[in-house]
Amino acid sequence: MQRQLANMRQSLFDQGYLDEQFIQLEELQDDANPNFVEEVVTLYYRDSARLVQNIEQALEKNPLDFNKLDGIMHQFKGRSSSIGAKKVKIECTQFREYCRSGSAEGCKRTFQQLKKEYATLRKKLEAYFQLARQVGPVEKACRSK
Amino acid sequence: MTVEKITGDNENLDNFPVGLRVLAVDDDPTCLMLLDTLLKKCQYHVTSTSHARVALKMLRENKDRLDLVISDVHMPDMDGFKLLELVGLEMDLPVIMLSANSDPKLVMKGVTHGACDYLVKPVRIEELRNIWQHVIRRKKFDSKNQNKSADQLNSNRTSGEGQGNQMTSNADQNGKFNRKRKDEEDENEDNGNESEDPATQKKPRVVWSIELHRKFVAAVNQLGIEKAVPKRILDLMNVEGLTRENVASHLQKYRLYLKRISSVATQQANMVAAFGVKDSPFMRIGPFEGLGDFRSLAGPGRLANAALSPYTTGGMLGRLNSPANVNLQNLTPSALIQPQNLSDSINPLGKMHPVPPSANQNPSLFQGSPSSLELDQLQQNKCATGIVNFNAVDNSRMQTARTISSSDSMVTGAPGNNPMMLRGNYQQSLSGGGFPNQPSHNTVSFNPDSFNLLNGGIIQSSQMQQPNSLLSTEPLHSQRATNSTQENNFSNGFYLQNNPIFISSTSMALPLDDSRDMQCQEGLVGDIQNITQTPSQSWGEQGQSYGQNSELTFSSLNAHAPSSQSLDQGSGILNEKMGNFVNGRLGGGASTLMQQNENEATESRARSNENFLLEQPKVTGGFVPRTYDSLDDMMNAMIKREQDETIPNCDFGFDDYSFGPSI
Repeated sequence: MQRQLANMRQSLFDQGYLDEQFIQLEELQDDANPNFVEEVVTLYYRDSARLVQNIEQALEKNPLDFNKLDGIMHQFKGRSSSIGAKKVKIECTQFREYCRSGSAEGCKRTFQQLKKEYATLRKKLEAYFQLARQVGPVEKACRSK
Repeated sequence: MTVEKITGDNENLDNFPVGLRVLAVDDDPTCLMLLDTLLKKCQYHVTSTSHARVALKMLRENKDRLDLVISDVHMPDMDGFKLLELVGLEMDLPVIMLSANSDPKLVMKGVTHGACDYLVKPVRIEELRNIWQHVIRRKKFDSKNQNKSADQLNSNRTSGEGQGNQMTSNADQNGKFNRKRKDEEDENEDNGNESEDPATQKKPRVVWSIELHRKFVAAVNQLGIEKAVPKRILDLMNVEGLTRENVASHLQKYRLYLKRISSVATQQANMVAAFGVKDSPFMRIGPFEGLGDFRSLAGPGRLANAALSPYTTGGMLGRLNSPANVNLQNLTPSALIQPQNLSDSINPLGKMHPVPPSANQNPSLFQGSPSSLELDQLQQNKCATGIVNFNAVDNSRMQTARTISSSDSMVTGAPGNNPMMLRGNYQQSLSGGGFPNQPSHNTVSFNPDSFNLLNGGIIQSSQMQQPNSLLSTEPLHSQRATNSTQENNFSNGFYLQNNPIFISSTSMALPLDDSRDMQCQEGLVGDIQNITQTPSQSWGEQGQSYGQNSELTFSSLNAHAPSSQSLDQGSGILNEKMGNFVNGRLGGGASTLMQQNENEATESRARSNENFLLEQPKVTGGFVPRTYDSLDDMMNAMIKREQDETIPNCDFGFDDYSFGPSI
């Protein structure tokens, strides 16, 4: 099962869902902070729900307020990068590009993509954490680059 | 937000950088949590918060318990750069900016605003392991500055001469003042040891303590404000280690502050005129003519508030005055007399130096909501130059004594002043605790005249204090780059202090102690808070007791005077008082006032005040406490007011009190 966990983890990296920042999070997890990674990710999703909602609302306006969208997305990007959500971050960057160029279509399209990545990552991480819990708290997935 | 109290040594260089006390500010909970954990991993002592205002509060009350601040750039309640400036001005702590945006323009902005470093998210732990260098570097500079001595000067002279030109160029690069040759030598003295790269060295900032500022003001007054030149001031002050540049920049700020006060006063005068004069007691004092009816002010008051926004306390006072005319009457005759002095001129304020810390006590009377603390700060800023003199006085204690008298005057004569002060306090306190009482708006009524006097001091202080906004918005920026920070610090602290004086004088007999307690509780920065508090307190008192309690208030204030606690507390209390005051006013604070007075008496009053304040709103029902996000907001509000007298309360950074109609 440990191997399964390790593989799962590795695939997350390989598939580009996570980047090195996630490793940083893992490094911060220790005896004093045994569930740090999970906590941070949970916090991330909880807070981001609101952000996602804000963006959706903002995208429904006409005309689009690109500055505002850019601002929200900037924050979203910041925190996505903080947890190592690589694909989400990429979509955020793309979104901001469209904001700067003033493309409403591009923004909306990218946002749909972003939401997809965001949800996918969430599922994968949830599965990962679940497995990690089963494996045991002492178990620390070994990092593989 | 977690606060870790470090009871250990400040300079634990043995184990450095372990134990470095860092304050982390980031509105994003995810990032904040991450940052917090990262810092803890580096074995630092971390305090984290997601609100910049709270951070400021913490910094003010724990100035010597924090070594470093890391702050995000984009924050909803306050711009990261503003916070950066404020921290630099007031506390002279190294600040590191943090952002997901690596745009060089932003980085440059960080640098010009005085950031020690700029990190890009996601931040790695390796980067955080090195942040301690900023603390050490700053400490070294500061100690260097303090160790100035003739010998050093001489030795530096030789080296300085060679570097003179370089220094000049460096100075220019750094945006420092153009220094004369000898000044450069002075600079070299500071930077001499690090002359390898003078361009990167900053002259140690001179912190303008109350003492220092007092000397400065005394010197300026002695020379006459028109004739005050930095060199002469410097000579008069006779402070070792102070350079002409320090004085020059400080003088510049001081002048700006005076201008501000006078313009505000004018504004107030206008406003007052608009509102009409009310009550003889005020009339007596003269300058309070404008106080008029609070109610009437309610409407226009808003404007006044707007104008006074920085003077929230003042506004409060105004309001107090109108209905508080009664109160004033109750004021002890001596108190009334005192106001005369206050209203005479700013200079007389100087005399007020000896004002007892009663001001501090006053705050307690105020019962104002914790927000009042903020107010206090605001007020402090608002303090007129006169107050500055007071502030110069070492402690709010003086103020209290003075405040009592001055407060009287304030109350009677210069309602305007008080409002300002109150406002300031409110703002300050508001920001601190979000207390419902935000008299700031209430302060509508203000006596232009008294305002000038009192406000002058307060304004000054407020200006300084606010420095956040004021300084930041003004050329201080450039100053900041240079050594303005010193001045800023000075001004802030100084002015703040002044405020307390005013406040106290304004009949805020409110026990400053209480306010102080409140403040402490609130965690507001001391001086400013105290100052603001007192006024606020008195104002609040005024409002509340409308007359009946006024006497009580005053007496209580006076009583407290001696117990004036740290300015911080005072201001906090003032704010609180103010809050209460405001509430009281609205809801017929007579009883509250009484309560307040009594509460004041106790040390724990602050708390009770808080409660009281909080309750007050309910009583009055009309208040919608407004919290000032920061001094900046206050300052901005002030600026706004000045520009736009009819600014509705809402415009202020503070929360709007719905005083008007409710009154």
